[in-house]
Amino acid sequence: MEEKIVTIHNVSRSFGKHQVLKNISLEMKSGEIFGLLGPSGAGKTTIVKQLVGLDLPSEGEIYLFQEKMPNLKLIEKTGYMAQSDALYGELSAKENLEFFAALYGLKGAKRKKRIKVVMETVSLSEHINKLVSTYSGGMKRRLSLAIALLHQPQLLILDEPTVGIDPVLRKSIWNAFYELKEIGTTIIVTTHVMDEAEKCDRLGMIRDGRLIALGTPEELKNKTNSTSIEEAFLVYGGAGNENKRSSHSNSSANYS
Amino acid sequence: MRINALVIRILRQIIRDKRTMALLIFAPILVLSMLYLVFNGDDYIPKIGFVDIPEQIQDQLNLDDAEITQYDSIHQAKKALSNHELDAYFLFENQKPSVVLEGSDPSINGSVMKWMQTALKPLQQNAPQKEIAVDYLYGSSEMRQFDYIGPILLGFFIFFFVFLIAGVSFLRERTTGTLERLLSSPLRKWEIVMGYVIGFGIFTMIQATIIAWYSIYVLDMMMEGAFGYVLLITLLVSLTALTLGILLSSFANNELQMIQFIPLVIVPQVFFSGLFNLETVSSWLSWIGPITPLYYASEALRGVMIKGYGWDMIYKDLLILFGFSLLFMILNIAALRKYRKL
Ligand SMILES: Nc1ncnc2c1ncn2[C@@H]1O[C@H](COP(=O)(O)OP(=O)(O)OP(=O)(O)O)[C@@H](O)[C@H]1O
Ligand SMILES: [Mg+2]
Repeated sequence: MEEKIVTIHNVSRSFGKHQVLKNISLEMKSGEIFGLLGPSGAGKTTIVKQLVGLDLPSEGEIYLFQEKMPNLKLIEKTGYMAQSDALYGELSAKENLEFFAALYGLKGAKRKKRIKVVMETVSLSEHINKLVSTYSGGMKRRLSLAIALLHQPQLLILDEPTVGIDPVLRKSIWNAFYELKEIGTTIIVTTHVMDEAEKCDRLGMIRDGRLIALGTPEELKNKTNSTSIEEAFLVYGGAGNENKRSSHSNSSANYS
Repeated sequence: MRINALVIRILRQIIRDKRTMALLIFAPILVLSMLYLVFNGDDYIPKIGFVDIPEQIQDQLNLDDAEITQYDSIHQAKKALSNHELDAYFLFENQKPSVVLEGSDPSINGSVMKWMQTALKPLQQNAPQKEIAVDYLYGSSEMRQFDYIGPILLGFFIFFFVFLIAGVSFLRERTTGTLERLLSSPLRKWEIVMGYVIGFGIFTMIQATIIAWYSIYVLDMMMEGAFGYVLLITLLVSLTALTLGILLSSFANNELQMIQFIPLVIVPQVFFSGLFNLETVSSWLSWIGPITPLYYASEALRGVMIKGYGWDMIYKDLLILFGFSLLFMILNIAALRKYRKL
């Protein structure tokens, strides 16, 4: 079970002069829920896009399933949910699902069954025949998630999957994540919601394109003498803010 | 399989969007109908003067649908023509039939010429070599009629609407993020382009059939050749428009910028497609025509519809149109590299 699924090796990415990712190295193992935590503009989406092959690093390499990206075969084993919903509004939810299912080669009875299962996971079964343009923001988010789950990928990459989803549904979605984890699926979620970060097995904290901390939520809290991830994040982030090259200070836990 | 999925999705989207579908089919029909009414005022009865035409010839002619006046001399007829009492007069010069038109109104010229064709048919059966000499008092033979510009307009409207709709749908795919979503799936880049080509191809085939049918059988556009060729040409026209629209959409960031391509890409093509006499185009501009797809489309359509051309006369134009589409498709696949490097 300790197989390396994702290896990010010294990855940097620049857009013109603007360096968005700065020498990031990370590894993720199978069956782990890995959270990428960071403020807006930190570079989370940029990392995620590198992982699904939509973008290439300026420097460094990315390996999925120990094979170098980009590679179409690896893309097939990955499920991706973008930060903005990529859905066809003029089609019904069912038609959207059928379309994406077919792209991943699902057909016939298997396709029907998977569509039913994923819609139950996100509690949208009764709205399956509605046009997506009539969906609410949270419903669209859930449908995007359902689409990412369709082909039972071994690696799920979810860019802010629970934005705009109420706590009850969020809980049930996280339960679904734990179930997937049980069957060995690796899940990468980006978030800036702190309570969600606590639910991850391991966290990578990103700030200004740099990986500023890495570890389980417990480790991060202990290292910074914090009671919550939020505090821990502020400690790491605050230290980086005051003096970009300074080592992590744990003298103060009450930045705000 | 994956292309199939894409084709089905595109067709579903088009069917859902009733307004766009209506635009693609009814806008060309509407505009062509208006042009038909403008150019071919309906049932205009031409006033024709006969100058000293022998009785036995007149008996052979089909004189329905025209007001005939007899004149003894050319002089009288000419006077009547310049006073607008006549639209044209008809005489025999050295045994050759010849006609002089007033000429200032293209729609009347059209009616006169049309009438002449039916009226003189019986004569030409006896002596088919006899060319009618046509002269104009005012204006000249450059006066065009609906029959003449019709084929160009047919090609143009199909090109224009398919270009716009396909460009905008692909643009939307890009701006809503679904293109990126497609590229994060196992779908190959060429499969995306093919899916679009087939999906829109099916729809534009239906569109082109309806519009061509309407133009030819309802508006009575001149049609000397085979309907099948017209369909084949319009299909290739829409293929070119589709692939060019998709290609240019990658240089636009929103729908308005897509519209900005119309004066840049579409309108100049009209100027060089034969709507205006190409011989009079300044020579330093004349190279533009042969690099525009519509130039070949018009040539082929006019060939089939007016001159009754068959395969051997139009296949070069068709090949060039196909070449344009192929080129645009390859460029499209290359343009998608911007999003995924595989
Ligand atoms: N294509 C691009 N061209 C130029 N700059 C870009 C591009 N993509 C991202 N950036 C820049 O990279 C930085 C990080 O962006 P990114 O989208 O990765 O942030 P994020 O951590 O996902 O933020 P959020 O939580 O708001 O989604 C931003 O400053 C952004 O402006
Ligand atoms: Mg983001």
